[in-house]
Amino acid sequence: MKKIITVAVTGALAASFVMSASAAETIKIGGIGPITGAAAIYGSNVKNGMEIAVEDVNASNPDLQFELQFEDDEHDPEKSVNAYNTLKDWGMQLLGGTVTTSPCLAVGAEALNDNMLMLTPSASSQDVIDLGDNVFQVCFTDPNQGSASADYIAEQKLGEKIGVIYNSADAYSSGIYSTFIAEAEAVGLEVVAEEAFTDDNSTDLTTQVQSCQNAGADLIFLPIYYTPASQVLIAADKMGYEPKFFGCDGLDGLLTVEGFDTSLAEGVMLLTPFVADAEDDMTKDFVAKYAEKTGGDVPNQFAADGYDVVQVLYAACEEAGVTADMDPSEVCEAVKAVLTGGDFSYDGLTGAGMTWDASGAVSKDPRGMVIENGEYVSLD
Amino acid sequence: MQFLGYLISGISLGSVYALIALGYTMVYGIAKMLNFAHGDVIMIGGYMVYFTFCSGGWNPFLAVLFAMAVCTLLGITIERVAYRPLRSAPSLAVLITAIGVSFLLQNIAMLLWKSDPKSFTSIISMEPLSLAGGKLSIPAETIVTILVSVLIMIALIWFVNKTRIGHAMKAVSEDRGAAQLMGINVNGIISLTFAIGSALAAVAGALLLSSYPTLVPTTGAMPGIKAFVAAVFGGIGSIPGAFLGGVLLGVIENLSKAYISTQLSDAIVFLVLIIVLLVKPTGLLGKKTAVKV
Amino acid sequence: MAKKSGKNRKKSTRTYIISFALILVFWAVIEIMGHMNMLSSKMLGLLIPICAYSIMAVSLNLVVGFLGELSLGHAAFMLAGATAGVVFYNSAGLNMHQVPRVILTLIIGAAAAGLFGVIVGVPVLRFSGDYLAIVTLAFCQILKNVLSTTYLGVDENGIHLAIDQGSFRLAPGAKPLIKGAQPISGINKISPNVMVSFTVGIVLLILTVAFVLNLMNSRAGRAITAIRDDEIAAKSIGINLTSYKLMAFISSAVFAGLAGVIYVLNLSTLDFKKYDYNLSINVLVMVVLGGMGNVPGSIIAAALLTLLPELLRGFSQYRMLIYSIVLIVIMLFNQAPAFVQFRQRLTARIRGKKPEEEEQVTEVADGSYFAQKKQGKEDE
Repeated sequence: MKKIITVAVTGALAASFVMSASAAETIKIGGIGPITGAAAIYGSNVKNGMEIAVEDVNASNPDLQFELQFEDDEHDPEKSVNAYNTLKDWGMQLLGGTVTTSPCLAVGAEALNDNMLMLTPSASSQDVIDLGDNVFQVCFTDPNQGSASADYIAEQKLGEKIGVIYNSADAYSSGIYSTFIAEAEAVGLEVVAEEAFTDDNSTDLTTQVQSCQNAGADLIFLPIYYTPASQVLIAADKMGYEPKFFGCDGLDGLLTVEGFDTSLAEGVMLLTPFVADAEDDMTKDFVAKYAEKTGGDVPNQFAADGYDVVQVLYAACEEAGVTADMDPSEVCEAVKAVLTGGDFSYDGLTGAGMTWDASGAVSKDPRGMVIENGEYVSLD
Repeated sequence: MQFLGYLISGISLGSVYALIALGYTMVYGIAKMLNFAHGDVIMIGGYMVYFTFCSGGWNPFLAVLFAMAVCTLLGITIERVAYRPLRSAPSLAVLITAIGVSFLLQNIAMLLWKSDPKSFTSIISMEPLSLAGGKLSIPAETIVTILVSVLIMIALIWFVNKTRIGHAMKAVSEDRGAAQLMGINVNGIISLTFAIGSALAAVAGALLLSSYPTLVPTTGAMPGIKAFVAAVFGGIGSIPGAFLGGVLLGVIENLSKAYISTQLSDAIVFLVLIIVLLVKPTGLLGKKTAVKV
Repeated sequence: MAKKSGKNRKKSTRTYIISFALILVFWAVIEIMGHMNMLSSKMLGLLIPICAYSIMAVSLNLVVGFLGELSLGHAAFMLAGATAGVVFYNSAGLNMHQVPRVILTLIIGAAAAGLFGVIVGVPVLRFSGDYLAIVTLAFCQILKNVLSTTYLGVDENGIHLAIDQGSFRLAPGAKPLIKGAQPISGINKISPNVMVSFTVGIVLLILTVAFVLNLMNSRAGRAITAIRDDEIAAKSIGINLTSYKLMAFISSAVFAGLAGVIYVLNLSTLDFKKYDYNLSINVLVMVVLGGMGNVPGSIIAAALLTLLPELLRGFSQYRMLIYSIVLIVIMLFNQAPAFVQFRQRLTARIRGKKPEEEEQVTEVADGSYFAQKKQGKEDE
């Protein structure tokens, strides 16, 4: 019995792994990100954003159609490479991914080998674009965010004594932290407390906040995602500690945490490319579609990044004259030529006039925002 | 004064670990299995309180009672479906099944309630206790958690030592076969143990999230592992040991974050654990079982 | 007694044949399909992970199945081997011929993992049962935590090692080898051709299996199983508990180190975060599923559990839900006494004869020694 089952299962496995060719009629876009596991929130937002964008672009031009397939990677490099290979078998011509940094590094190595164009919505490490000239980012690169934050704090004289709370086990957070510290030293900011946490001890962030308070920090820099940031704000509130808070794009989403008392986020400053309650038509349209799709959810910057990825790829494909019968390497060369050609610029949800150079990094203006009365208000 | 502040936040974290560890050790003591899904039952309890109290506006006591009822039912079901058929199988098989149940609960929660974080409103609405002219404040959650943990610990010790059912539990724990021969309903006792353990998990969930208010489908996983460590630290199977282990683990974790290194605090906590176990291999309050030949 | 040992010998020869036949058939089928271009990218991508996890499972089986101790820290040895290997591999650079470079990397990885095995094994083996489990878990968390705060680099001034970023300064142009929590990326693959790496993986797997089977059929192996079955009896007949336990534990670590090296060289990325207790538990699941002390079983289970989540991709976000249900059902089906009996009755009916005694013996040998051991102690 055991053997029969084994044989049957093995047969089924073998059958499912044999190559199958499929006819290409539309351009096939792949997406990779965590939609299960602890980081599922980021991947599912990007997935929704990309799906909305595909509907939009397909409606705009019947001659150039996109087809999207999004695969789960559980925020694990190994699973991410599997997802990439699955998409390759499906016939992917362009990759809009991956969502998180460490899987992106693993997939990038494969994509470089295949000369597959990668436009990542949110993997922001410098290492990602250093992989090769086929990798591009829609989000800011971490070092830029870190130094931009330090410059901004110094220029605006936002704080005398700076405390930092960051996730030392996370590539995004520690990446921003390290450039922030270096730049802070260069521009003469006094950093009085550098407090780390890891995913294994992020249940309780009280001690880190206490240490900042004891060091007398009057501004806390939070290069972390909004979930731990909400814990920091609540902990500070409980101990009656009221410094200024300054964060990066990871803080976006803070106001949408279900059950979170948004009055605690009052006065929090962040550099973010996307604001869900902005008044422009594009954002309003996107937010409405997103709510319709998800049953009332508010998109965060990951969703907006995902949307922009598809829009940028579409615009580039249109300009490069990419057709469905081109192989990934040809598509890559064509799109790369357009993106780095110097004339290409795109106005999206996460920034106006985005351009790319050969390094793969995006150039767009970060918007300084401050939370007032539960809404983002421009800092400038 | 700063030291006291750190100490208090350590005790606060520790009392939550203690509460979770009590449930762990209870199940371990009687059913002789590491219930890896315990942390996820806590998460389910957390969601129940969230929907009834935080967004449903129920009375907090009612909400916690409701969560306890749901978790009890869940605990009994898990035991009946996934663990009982493996009662006489090797204990490692049950361990793996428990891991499967843990994955299952996390994924169900993710599908039902999505992975977006939810911010939990504390079920305790009292003001923090202010000492030394306001220089030191102890959050009400901490006081309540410690009181609840101590009460539960005393209640469990009393229950196990003084009641008939408690004696039956002890008997099952010591020798399942002999207990059965004495007419004890072993399956019933183990179900009851899971019921108690899961009800405690609901309370632990409510208090964990009152102090540390982020609720996601993986909320229970790490505190679950830490509580397992705490239970072993205190001597697994020992009820006061679980309490002591939990509190000490929280204190060590926070003091090492405060005074040594926030980056290396995980390593320090585990290093202390190893050293303590090297000195006292059965945990702080664990009984040394002599192996007779 | 004499009859039994004869049977054992027969059984061990059978295990040799089954194990090697299994590996060689797998290798041959893949090679042939590869030459005929019948393998999908997904399958090609999974080959090395399957080899790596098989080595992990077989080596963990040495500790769990043969020595009878529960280890929750096997990932630590994989991490130790992978890190040491990659540090050497990257610093050796491309100016070394690839063949000696890979061989030296494997040796260094295995040696580092073995060394870590000694560091862990000496204190750990004083414990047993759940205490041993928790201490191995602790060592795994410690290694992961320490590595993610380590900075290592080489420049013209020599080797720089620091545990915080501030004191880590490299000469411009020098590339850091380890930079804290940032994943090590851009590691060159063994060969651009997957089939070459796969052959290396298969060779290592054969090496592991040959070592484990030889050890188990040697004098030392019999001593190790004697310790498992009754520690006190083993001690009383003069078996040196510590040295045999250490032998099993360290050999297991060495092979996990090898698995780590081929795993990261294939993935081109090393993210310390992945090597936590979850990974250890996954490998443990493979061992239990394949049957404790059952070497070919471990290999089959490792392959199945690596393939299963990939086969479930069609279920999108329900994937991991189904995976967990399958896991529970398999455990119940394989291990629950009621199901085991049912299965035996079914087998008997299919074969048209009474259940063979031999089959029952195998069942016991497959998995229930933990129960036997406990029972044995209680009986005494």
